[in-house]
Amino acid sequence: MSRSDALVDIGWAEKHLDDDAVVFVEVDEDVSAYDGGHIAGAVRLDWKSELQDPVRRDFVDQAGFEKLLSSKGIGNDDTVVLYGGNNNWFAAYAYWYFTLYGHADVKLLDGGRKKWELESKPLTTDITARPATRYQAKPARTDIRAFRDQVVAAVGRDNLIDVRSPDEFAGRLLAPAHLPQEQSQRAGHVPGASNVPWSKAANEDGTFKSDDQLTALYRDAGVDLSRDTIAYCRIGERSAHTWFALHELLDVPNVRNYDGSWTEYGSLVAVPIELGD
Amino acid sequence: MSSCAPPVGGIGLEGIDVSKETVIDGTVSSGGVPAGGVYVRLLDAAGEFTAEVVTSPQGEFRFFARPGRWTLRALSASGTADAAVTAGLGAPVQVDLTV
Repeated sequence: MSRSDALVDIGWAEKHLDDDAVVFVEVDEDVSAYDGGHIAGAVRLDWKSELQDPVRRDFVDQAGFEKLLSSKGIGNDDTVVLYGGNNNWFAAYAYWYFTLYGHADVKLLDGGRKKWELESKPLTTDITARPATRYQAKPARTDIRAFRDQVVAAVGRDNLIDVRSPDEFAGRLLAPAHLPQEQSQRAGHVPGASNVPWSKAANEDGTFKSDDQLTALYRDAGVDLSRDTIAYCRIGERSAHTWFALHELLDVPNVRNYDGSWTEYGSLVAVPIELGD
Repeated sequence: MSSCAPPVGGIGLEGIDVSKETVIDGTVSSGGVPAGGVYVRLLDAAGEFTAEVVTSPQGEFRFFARPGRWTLRALSASGTADAAVTAGLGAPVQVDLTV
């Protein structure tokens, strides 16, 4: 994968708004964002109610993903262009999902909803209707997802990149600063993890930094990208953003996203935790 | 499991013990009227991004930070605005920005 395959800009999007082979998909937790206005023709995916198993903490399975995409009118041959709010966190998370289930052609709209809005591009409240398809997913890939035991085993061996804010990394905040801070799990980070906040990979308008800037960012943070890498955050969507930057833009193999992230690791019994900057 | 996603206008204070929180909130206006849909970023004392919310239709935003010095930065199609703020535990601080 490379930047030209994985990322499209607003100009590209505008040229393909009426392209039958392209499906725009907005991914937000805040469903009111889509209802308030979305890119013409875009369908909505809800990261929580549609992409998560309703009972246990896990993804929808292969059959569930097939059913979901079929109902959205997304076909195996469609080019899927994902975008969303929060600097594309959830769109990147969905991108990782689509990749996990083997979708052939998936892209991220650089800058997501924010860039689109800051450039005063049109949004519509028109309802998008797409005929149902018979989507067929591949078995979930296991090479781009990390589980807790792999994270514990990686301590002192592989790269661990904690992409949360410096205050969350150090243990001074338990959650991002737009959320209340009363949480039950322990604060801190996985020992030896490098703190490279996701935001350093993005410009203020939500677009990704250049390949040269990204390469320098991780190099200067002491991350040796020739080694295996696991990225994590709090619940795995900010780290999907970093996974995208490394695995898709810089084409670094052996990068996994740990979607259990701090809400799992920080609740495990008897695992090592480090505090401070 | 709640997400990391910023709710529009920031989360409400209902049911939250404000005495245990370091709240920074306020409004964004443009041309003398509340500006909804503006992106407000919270930067730490080193200028590092910490959080971002979108203002409500009434132009409101809210953060749960920690005591110390912060910078607020508003981004909109019509312009940007910055403000320095010092926040304290249990003492919500209000900042009004104009873009």
